[in-house]
Amino acid sequence: MTLFPDLTGKALSRWMLADGPESDTVISSRVRLARNIEGLPFPHLMTPERGEKVIEMVRRAFASKDAAKLGLDDAEVIRMSEMSVVDRQVLVEKHLISPNLARNSTSGAAAITPDESVSVMINEEDHIRIQCLYAGLQLREALYRADRVDDLLEGKMEYAFSENRGYLTACPTNVGTGMRASVMVHLPALVINNKAGQVFTTVVKLGFIVRGLYGEGTEAVGNIFQVSNQVTLGQSEADIVQNLRNVVEQIIAQEKEARESLMSEMKEQIEDKVGRAYGILLYGHVFSSKEAMQYLSDVRLGVDLGLLPQVNRQVLNELLVAIRPGYLQKMAGRELDPWERDTMRADLIRSRLRPDGQASASAPA
Amino acid sequence: MLCQECRKRPATVHITRIVNGRKTEMSLCEQCAREKGELEFLVEPQFPIQSFLAGLLQQGAVPMLKVSGPPKCETCGLTFEEFSRTGRLGCSGCYERFGERLDPVLRRIHGSARHTGKVPARSGEAIKARRELARLREALAEAVKAEEFEKAAELRDEIKRLEKEVG
Repeated sequence: MTLFPDLTGKALSRWMLADGPESDTVISSRVRLARNIEGLPFPHLMTPERGEKVIEMVRRAFASKDAAKLGLDDAEVIRMSEMSVVDRQVLVEKHLISPNLARNSTSGAAAITPDESVSVMINEEDHIRIQCLYAGLQLREALYRADRVDDLLEGKMEYAFSENRGYLTACPTNVGTGMRASVMVHLPALVINNKAGQVFTTVVKLGFIVRGLYGEGTEAVGNIFQVSNQVTLGQSEADIVQNLRNVVEQIIAQEKEARESLMSEMKEQIEDKVGRAYGILLYGHVFSSKEAMQYLSDVRLGVDLGLLPQVNRQVLNELLVAIRPGYLQKMAGRELDPWERDTMRADLIRSRLRPDGQASASAPA
Repeated sequence: MLCQECRKRPATVHITRIVNGRKTEMSLCEQCAREKGELEFLVEPQFPIQSFLAGLLQQGAVPMLKVSGPPKCETCGLTFEEFSRTGRLGCSGCYERFGERLDPVLRRIHGSARHTGKVPARSGEAIKARRELARLREALAEAVKAEEFEKAAELRDEIKRLEKEVG
């Protein structure tokens, strides 16, 4: 079992405690590198024995002196088969692993650092997927870190690489750099103004993808979106990250402009919307996940606009994960039916949003 | 005025759309507008990228080159037909085996079929040198074109030195 009780016991990852740049619009930045090992079939064609071999290689790399130099030697390698379904779900909700990996009970594993900023998924669609997460808009920092982790692993194993095609991946949509950089943004004003659609249409035309909070196949809830690069071949990692950063900066500027215009043209309505949302969350007793996300988005907007000085943004970040079904069930220590989840969710939100519940975002919920 | 959709809440959002010259107007409450309106296109495709890719391959949207020999990877046994069904390759050998056939697929996805990013240090020295050579040769051609012969001479020497190293 996991050695870090916080991994599934706390909703807020330690890396999220740092207040990153642009944190009033950008929640987090992530860089993911897909890598495979030369001479082994890709995971979907691999025997369990070979899957074990990959886990062992990553484990050894993280136990090496080079890992210690990078401060990565305290990473824990966890097998999916050793974790309960709920624990896996919590890791998905914290964006530390993908649902695809969580389902792989035979060879799926992950190496995760205690601060949860680095997560190496093992035997997902590719043998290795390095993920680095940073608070706020810190794409370059995330790329730099991912690059170091990549160097470490590469020193201990031979990657499948070709001069023309770059890093070879199971799906040709990832080949080349194998890199997917993404930024999670909160855009309530653009949604209220009905401009989100236009902005995203442009972003998509520029070769970027816009998705919901939990990636592929999820809908946008709570006005939170993920913007990421589509192309992985033919551009350098630095260029991709720079382009994505430029696009995100444009989106941020649009969102800020929309917020300003809302505050100058319909201040009372916005104050009313924010106040109502806060009131409903403070006094409600049953919330579906979607409903809670919507009100939390309104409250977050209120915090960003300085309308709710009593609310701590970290508490909102914590609630993003804490109100998810997996985490709620983890806290309850048992399976919950949807009704129980909705009432527990409301209890949790009430207690965390009350002025006396704001003290510390890192205290257990 | 009530929302056309739920007929409960007041309509606060008015949407005018012109599609193929036909104008439609809607008056909705904010909630229905959000669920229905501008965010519509954001609703994710209910199928993963691999099957989308597979669809492209099967519909012949990506032109295939005719290649001689059995369309099967010798290393892992995956056939090209299997790849075009699942959108997933079997091993690094597949990239070599299906090389020419993959080019149009890659161009379709990425607009390019050639990697210019990071190179692993282990196998990378030679690759880096080759890239540097290509860059220098381009610079040389430009210098000659611009009649900057002094610079061109320097570049030529640099190229000669690197060529010796690469061997």
